[in-house]
Amino acid sequence: MFRYTKKTLVLEIVTILGAIAMLMPFYFLVSTALKTGDQVLTTSTLSFPTSPTFENFATLLSPSSDTSASIFKGLLSSVVITAGTIVALVVVGSPAAYVFARSTSRWSTRTFYLFLVAILLPTQLGVVPLYVEARALGLVGTPWGMIVIYTGVLIPLSVFLYAGFFRRLPRDYEEAATVDGASRTAVFTRIVFPLMGPATGTVAILAGLIVWNDFFTALIFLNGSDYQTLPVVMYNYVGSLVSQWNLIFAVVIISMLPILIFYFFAQKRFIQGYAGGLKG
Amino acid sequence: MTTTTGRTEPRRAPATGRRVASKAGAGGYRIGYGHWWWAAPAVVLMLAMIYATTATGAFYAFTDWTGIGSFTWVGLKNFTTIFSTPELTGALVNTLLLAVGFLVLANVLGLLFALALNRTLKTRYILRTLLFMPVVLAPIAVSYVWKFIFAFDGPLNQTLGAIGLQGLQHDWLADPHLALAAILVVMVWQSIGFTMVIFLAGLATVPVELEEAAALDGAGHVMRFRKITVPLIQPSIAIATTLTLIQGLRIFDQVLALTGGGPANATQTLATEVYQQSFVFGSFGFGAALALLLSLLILVFTVAQQRLTRDRL
Repeated sequence: MFRYTKKTLVLEIVTILGAIAMLMPFYFLVSTALKTGDQVLTTSTLSFPTSPTFENFATLLSPSSDTSASIFKGLLSSVVITAGTIVALVVVGSPAAYVFARSTSRWSTRTFYLFLVAILLPTQLGVVPLYVEARALGLVGTPWGMIVIYTGVLIPLSVFLYAGFFRRLPRDYEEAATVDGASRTAVFTRIVFPLMGPATGTVAILAGLIVWNDFFTALIFLNGSDYQTLPVVMYNYVGSLVSQWNLIFAVVIISMLPILIFYFFAQKRFIQGYAGGLKG
Repeated sequence: MTTTTGRTEPRRAPATGRRVASKAGAGGYRIGYGHWWWAAPAVVLMLAMIYATTATGAFYAFTDWTGIGSFTWVGLKNFTTIFSTPELTGALVNTLLLAVGFLVLANVLGLLFALALNRTLKTRYILRTLLFMPVVLAPIAVSYVWKFIFAFDGPLNQTLGAIGLQGLQHDWLADPHLALAAILVVMVWQSIGFTMVIFLAGLATVPVELEEAAALDGAGHVMRFRKITVPLIQPSIAIATTLTLIQGLRIFDQVLALTGGGPANATQTLATEVYQQSFVFGSFGFGAALALLLSLLILVFTVAQQRLTRDRL
């Protein structure tokens, strides 16, 4: 019944055409980024440049231009903040989730529900008091502050994902290790956590993506500071570049490259993370 | 595997403090799992950064605080102002329109692609990778690309002109009526891969034998889809609709990048208004009222949607 028939071929062609239509924006992105400023104004937007040039990238990234400094700083800032948040989420979230997953006391169930509800609460409501709180604590405009803030906001997600994985882990390993005299900490760090590779991967990808692409929170806490992340840098830069689409798209491509490279290497993980991790 | 000398039982939980529930294993001794205080940092962080701030925000919604200095309690005045300002009720309507439109389109199109890619197509892995690509990009970056596409001299209008449909050319982002639709297109475009992947995972759990049996009994494609596929992928439908609903109600980056809320505030959403009121105009109390409204909206819709997609098996 599911042989490859002529009808399937038609379906395949139709789907491929649909996918091409979906991917058209990337064509415009790349073709425009490879044009010079004049070509953008004179040639049709649909056409690929006859002599594609990388000069836009050179303009933005060469050490002499003043934009390259902010772009590289933005890149560094994004990397530091994203990596720091992922580490914090794993270190703080996994032991917590472990305790929630294994414990059957009513307090732990209630506290866990608090985490679940927290995932739904939109950031907008708390963002103003958060800003005031962070300013009082000196966390505004610093990478450390951002890591603390992002970790705080994403910890329910981390706990939720880890707890889902821990629940499915059979207790035999822990029992065997405890019989052998391992302390609880050793049981966790040496046996349970290493088995959580997929969970850690899912948390790293989902949370990492959220932090890397975040614009709203970064705009509020980092705008104007020295530690702007890439989305904020791009926003400010594009604001000053009215209609110079070739430059704008070069910036966009630069901002997309780190994620895309990562994605193409680990796409199975990405897709699994989204589809599997969210099933809870 | 030998037991350490001197310790034939696992270390007991400390007498003080809350004892983590343990399970009687073989031989009658108890196992403790972790220590209860391992959860403490996470709980503290969560309470401080999420609940404390949300509660404080909810409190300030009833004041006229500007972020610094003193404030006075104004009760429901912020809310009455919201509902009597056309710009703000407009933002509320926009938020609802975008959320519902996004929910329907992103899920329907994602499901269509998932159904197509589920079996037998030779290129399905490549297509899946390519179609998921937009999901991992920053919404603001995506919005800039689409801003170009929707520009008056941009590819969309040029394509329409090239195939003779000049009448359909518009200044998409500058037209108050069309700008919202344009934003919706951008939102849906980026999320089709997301819903598609969720549905693909769900479709993979539908046993082939069921469909074959139904086909042998004479059920056509549509009947098979309605009676077999849909009930079996109900969990995926529930997840995908919940996530797209919440995402749709919170929409911010795309609006700011594509239209900045314009033209003339025609595309403001609740989230962008919160930002504008709180951080651009400095009316923190008023912004908090808007944010409280948004939160209530999310809560109401999520509860309603959970009821609608509840497991009926």
